[in-house]
Amino acid sequence: MNNEFSIEVEHLSKHFGSFRAVDDISFNVKKGEIFGFLGANGAGKSTAMKMLCGLSKPSAGKAKIAGFDIYKDTEKIKKSIGYMSQKFSLYDDLNLKENIQFYAGIYGLNNNLITHKTNELISKFGLENSAKKLLREMPLGWKQKLAFSVAVIHSPEIVFLDEPTGGVDPITRRQFWELIYEAADSGVTVFVTTHYMDEAEYCQRISMMNAGKIVALGSPNELKNSYSADNMDEVFQKIARGN
Amino acid sequence: MRNIKIIIKKEFKQIFRTRTMLGIIFVMPIIQLLILAQAATYEMKDIRICVIDMDKSSTSRELINKFSASNYFKLSVYANSEKEAESALGHDKADVYINIENGFERNLIRENKSNIMLVVNAIDGARAAVIINYASSVIFDYNSEFRDKYLSIISKEYINPELKTISIVNQNWFNPELDYKTFMVPGLLVLLVSIAGLFLSGMNIVKEKEIGTIEQLNVTPIKKHELIIGKLIPFWIIGLFELGFGLLVAKLFYQTPIIGSLLDLYIFASVFMVLVLGIGFFISNIAATQQQSMFLTWFFTVIFILLSGLFTAIENMPGWAQTITMFNPLKYFIDAVRMILLKGAGLKEIIGYIYILIIYAIIINSLAAIMYKKTV
Repeated sequence: MNNEFSIEVEHLSKHFGSFRAVDDISFNVKKGEIFGFLGANGAGKSTAMKMLCGLSKPSAGKAKIAGFDIYKDTEKIKKSIGYMSQKFSLYDDLNLKENIQFYAGIYGLNNNLITHKTNELISKFGLENSAKKLLREMPLGWKQKLAFSVAVIHSPEIVFLDEPTGGVDPITRRQFWELIYEAADSGVTVFVTTHYMDEAEYCQRISMMNAGKIVALGSPNELKNSYSADNMDEVFQKIARGN
Repeated sequence: MRNIKIIIKKEFKQIFRTRTMLGIIFVMPIIQLLILAQAATYEMKDIRICVIDMDKSSTSRELINKFSASNYFKLSVYANSEKEAESALGHDKADVYINIENGFERNLIRENKSNIMLVVNAIDGARAAVIINYASSVIFDYNSEFRDKYLSIISKEYINPELKTISIVNQNWFNPELDYKTFMVPGLLVLLVSIAGLFLSGMNIVKEKEIGTIEQLNVTPIKKHELIIGKLIPFWIIGLFELGFGLLVAKLFYQTPIIGSLLDLYIFASVFMVLVLGIGFFISNIAATQQQSMFLTWFFTVIFILLSGLFTAIENMPGWAQTITMFNPLKYFIDAVRMILLKGAGLKEIIGYIYILIIYAIIINSLAAIMYKKTV
């Protein structure tokens, strides 16, 4: 396979009994690309993403993440990816420094690098006064931004974001996307699921899932043209209704 | 190794940041030992006795006086018939009645033999057995006194060989004053360590499941065994610390004897903790929420305690129940802690138990590790 791709998926499926949660999907994601993974609730997005992260074993099909096979090399994959889920993923009863120390430590960063990265992060966000605060005392928007920064602290090749901006106000969401762009600029591939159609416009390419299948794939403009829609919201409506 | 250290560090920070945790660690042992040790006693005072004296002789009156003079018994009812005595027992006005038949004194002198009937409320079988024991010893004492007196009246020289008394002298080894606290406190220490270990480890992984961080951990390169070991070691340390703290409280408040070696006790406890934490971890895997984990842990704790031999002797249980106790880790530790502290047993005496616990711990921890999946 070609190594200009970070994610290569071929005929991937996941069945739970007779239910096909993910039904024969194929797509590639280029290195450094921001790839939006859209679909209604229950369309199979989360299941597909779990397989790509090595959290769930596929029923059939092939996939390579950062060049590693998702059947054989799950441990290598785990070293090459970052992950942030809709549930808050940092520890509420630890402060920012301790959270960074924990996650960065697990990814094998040495202590000097951890200290350096921690200070970098604190000064980037201007959190000098809150560095010792427990995370539970910080507003949700901040926590999500920090969770993202921690998810990419080990400079992974790919970062998976599972509805990262759920429950966050529009201004913070905007800031959050700035962080995503920043990461993508530095070469990190971003794989993001979302329900916000304005966010879909920020992605370079989008796939739309419905009933376990990918029904549309392309840049936001391509999708808008082929569905003759004015915005992504209309595209989504048309696809979800099955036209 | 580095990952394990990182996890341990994180766990300790989280543990000591939770205020209830500190309560569990420091307050629970004190309260448990101070209150439970007082409550869990088999000693009986003021057993209410009802008397039917049909004989009304000096001998029967002396016997009754013996009862009322002892520390154990308190005369509650004088009945004139068996019916009255039965109703006293039935209405809970007496715990036991004693029926001295008509002709008691005469038979005793003429035929060297006489009967007394004891009827005990045996709803609580263990208590009834103790009452009978106490009553028999009062009667036995009186019997030998009476014999001495009677013989000395007949003849100072003549001693009927058939009437030679056999006196039974009890010697209570390992707990000479028959102090139940000496017996109970070591067992309560085990309870303490087990409960702390079971609950803390049972809640831990479930908590990460509930707040969602487990998903995050599962996508990291942490290996399964690193996570398990890293999470269990802090509680292992806390459990052993609890044991030491509890021992200190026991020594200060109850002068609990420590005859055997503390090192042996700690060797045993270290193995025991691995097992208990494994059980907690196992529960943590089955349960989806902390609430479920609590219920499951309670369920197991109650069974473990009741079948541990702490409050009721295992030897008195029916055969099938005794078989179940073989799967109860608490039974082994309670037995071992009593052996070490009270009898001064060494490693040689408890090594059999240690082997059992090691095998048990390996099985439970492997099961828990297999059940804990990083993939769904």
